[in-house]
Amino acid sequence: MMRLRTLIVALAPLVFAACRGNQAMFNPQGPAARSIASLGWFLLSVCAVIYVLVLLAGGWALVRRRHVGDDLPRTTQKLTTVVAGATVVSIAILVVFTISSVVAGHGLTSPTGPGAITVDVIGHQWWWEFQYHDVTPSDFVTSPNELHIPVGVPVHIKAISRDVIHSFWVPNLHGKRDLIPGQVTNTWIQADQPGVYRGQCAEFCGHQHANMAFVVVAEPMDKFLAWIGSQRQPASEPQTDEARRGRDVFLQSTCVMCHTVRGTSAGARLGPELTHVGSRMTIAAGTLPNTRGHLGGWVADPQSVKPGVRMPPNPLEPSDLQAVLTYLRSLR
Amino acid sequence: MSRPIPRIAVALAAALVMAACEREVRPFQDVSAATARSQKPTLSELFPGTQPPPAEESPYQKNAYAMAEGKRLFDSYNCSGCHAHGGGGMGPPLMDDQWIYGSRPANIFATIVEGRPNGMPSFRNKIPDQQVWELVAFIQSMSGQAPIDVLPSRGDHLRYSTAENARRAATPKLTGHP
Repeated sequence: MMRLRTLIVALAPLVFAACRGNQAMFNPQGPAARSIASLGWFLLSVCAVIYVLVLLAGGWALVRRRHVGDDLPRTTQKLTTVVAGATVVSIAILVVFTISSVVAGHGLTSPTGPGAITVDVIGHQWWWEFQYHDVTPSDFVTSPNELHIPVGVPVHIKAISRDVIHSFWVPNLHGKRDLIPGQVTNTWIQADQPGVYRGQCAEFCGHQHANMAFVVVAEPMDKFLAWIGSQRQPASEPQTDEARRGRDVFLQSTCVMCHTVRGTSAGARLGPELTHVGSRMTIAAGTLPNTRGHLGGWVADPQSVKPGVRMPPNPLEPSDLQAVLTYLRSLR
Repeated sequence: MSRPIPRIAVALAAALVMAACEREVRPFQDVSAATARSQKPTLSELFPGTQPPPAEESPYQKNAYAMAEGKRLFDSYNCSGCHAHGGGGMGPPLMDDQWIYGSRPANIFATIVEGRPNGMPSFRNKIPDQQVWELVAFIQSMSGQAPIDVLPSRGDHLRYSTAENARRAATPKLTGHP
């Protein structure tokens, strides 16, 4: 008995692990996710009850005492009534399921509140690009792998892919939406309270599909505006000698073939923009935390962290590598 | 009657299975951080005149993945901006048999890394050796110089077509007229 209780206590966290956390559909933090989660709970609980009832009926059929007259037509007649009743109940349950699914689906199609902002989501193998448009072209903001949204406001997502089909999925905020090359798809998300949620590509897209993640930072409107204001600035001028040397190495090296740092001559659009790379929480599309050590390992040999990633190894001299790291860390 | 399969037959079958392996190898780790490259980043725009000649043969001449990567990089690094998709434009065409600076892998490598007069920029320090060799593999295939078993079986477009770099061409000639 004691061992059974220990087992239950040990297994319970596994069952409920998916109900918390920042990448969990059973921890809804927005209206759309809440609608999906309540539908999920409703379907799950009805099905759980039916499952238990069926098991009980099966068990009862196994253990009940057999009678001599079991094969008589009277018994068959009785069984038919039970079957007919179960059929009617099943149909009724399915009708209720259909209606509740349609009702829940209606709430997902368009945002409820006013004041929506629009973010372009561009999928790449294997990272995300989020673009915030503005009436002034110089105020466009590109934020790779980190989507900042204001709290309580519906955010319209316009999604497209540059290579293969990807899928945008933030389980805490909404269901999935595919990114199709050559075709814009739309969805929307809304967060009710500040928090950091994790999103993930949900459509197999190649070698590093599993490491194609991003963070959603939901924050109050004033903080969001401050963030987007800071992101609009070009890269800060390096302040120390080492950072200046790092910038020179960056601009004379392979980095400039793919990366943009606004305010310098680096303007390629193949890889993530690095103008404010120091301010981000993760590097390599949510693969590693953004620390100097991880960044160094990533710059020197990305293929050992994320095999197949488009970034080539960069065998820089140790002093050059340290200077580049100092420069990249200073881009806040 | 059952006879044991001769060991030599097993070995031959295994050799057949392994024969095509080089085509499908994905060389993600070929150039690791530990191995130096021929191009060292320099902070000056000035370079000494001579450069030690790189390896004679491209390491990716028989690798389909590297060739496909070369095709991707050819667009990504804007080679197509001047050479179009091999047909030429501002720069000379790459799918014909005329080679101003040589058609050998080492010649093409040098053309990319050193640059050439009248417009071809130098990509020294800008493209790592591994990617230059991938570009070399693709550029050679455009004029029909790649081994036939490495070529893609079809083009990248939705509609079925022969890949543009899988056609056979005439023997490359050195024109010597830059």
